[in-house]
Amino acid sequence: MYGNAYISPEEAKQMQSQQDDPKQLALFEARVAKGEKVEPGDWMPTDYRKQLIRMIEQHAHSEIVGALPEGTWITRAPNFRRKLALIAKVQDEIGHGQLLYSAAETLGKTREQMLADLLSGKSKYSNVFNYPAKTWADIAVIGFLVDGAAIVNQVINSKGSYGPYCRALERICYEESFHLKQGHDNFVYLATGTPQQRNMLQEALNRWYRPLLHFFGPSDKASQHSEKLMKWRVKLASNDDMRNQFLDQYVPKILELDLTLPDPNLKKNDAGIWEFSDPDWDEFKRVINGDGPCNAERLAVRRYAEEAGRWVRNALMRKEEKYVVPLA
Amino acid sequence: METNKSLDPRVQRLNIGAQNGEANIETHLVTWEVFHQEKKGKQAVHVGIVHASSPELALVYAKEVYGRRGKTTNLWVVKTSDIFTFTPEDEDVFNTAPEKLYREAGYYKVRDRIEAFQKRNKETA
Repeated sequence: MYGNAYISPEEAKQMQSQQDDPKQLALFEARVAKGEKVEPGDWMPTDYRKQLIRMIEQHAHSEIVGALPEGTWITRAPNFRRKLALIAKVQDEIGHGQLLYSAAETLGKTREQMLADLLSGKSKYSNVFNYPAKTWADIAVIGFLVDGAAIVNQVINSKGSYGPYCRALERICYEESFHLKQGHDNFVYLATGTPQQRNMLQEALNRWYRPLLHFFGPSDKASQHSEKLMKWRVKLASNDDMRNQFLDQYVPKILELDLTLPDPNLKKNDAGIWEFSDPDWDEFKRVINGDGPCNAERLAVRRYAEEAGRWVRNALMRKEEKYVVPLA
Repeated sequence: METNKSLDPRVQRLNIGAQNGEANIETHLVTWEVFHQEKKGKQAVHVGIVHASSPELALVYAKEVYGRRGKTTNLWVVKTSDIFTFTPEDEDVFNTAPEKLYREAGYYKVRDRIEAFQKRNKETA
């Protein structure tokens, strides 16, 4: 599960072209243009490495933080079958975190450093997980629509240029398709249930509509920064294109159940582009910078896990073992 | 925006306040490269890594991360530092391998020669 890597305008400014050997850079760009994959030991531009680390790291954090709102409902799942599915899904999300930390690690940043940066707030995770799962219907909306949005993003990213990230994403997408199907099942079950169940689902849908529009990040069509990342096949589609693809795929699946979305301006125009009211990008920025309903709790839980588990890790450590960067 | 009291009863029970500041993370478990064998008769294929302090634990984690779905017959783990590879700069040492066609079965074609021989023989007979 994942939202798009968010780069604030200030960070984009900081990311100036590093001085790379122009000969090497030309060779690298030619290889990527041919569709060749880049492997960990290969020469790569400094910014390519930096941006990939940041993107894969944010993705990994999103997986392990994303497990928290759903984990909340494991003990209160409405029946045994739903409980089994939710446990399996949450375990998958943690597994995806492991795969992604490993992929980022091949670029030279240790997993421990990434976890430390998550806890200090230096690196981000998907904004969508800073919202609470208030009812069981929120679990249906998350499983169906947040995972659906994540799959749009991940399928696109799996065609990127960095080998280890693509391999991790292929495995992740395979497992996410189960998340989506069980989410849809849960969603349809409530939507075709009692008036009370439908009402609960509609309210959850209303709550998640904005965070879902925020999910792919602000419009980035005009950004120079994006162009370079697209050329290097780090980014493969603009935030707007991904959001449009998501709305195209999922809005009909919501409307066919006679549910509504809380936006009178949501409609597909003649050019096939979805239009919607401004989803309040200031709120998006506020939440990503720490001021969301659940930011503090998410980090507090992660920090607790880190600190409460330290004695175990220390007991396991073998001082004579030397850490080396993983191969692939 | 106001911070909600946690909706998660498990979190409430922990009674952890929001603390700030960096976590002190100083330990680096070593990594193990994981190879997955789908079924008997198939090759073990590299699938990724795990972090662990011993080969036994590495196998436990490998089972969780890489053997959770589909069929698995066996998993191998090898400490990353025990694997030796060529450097990417040496990739060109393999360049000539596909060029040496005289080592390929398809290079050897004698049917034309046999047919020419048989035709010649028939004419002289």
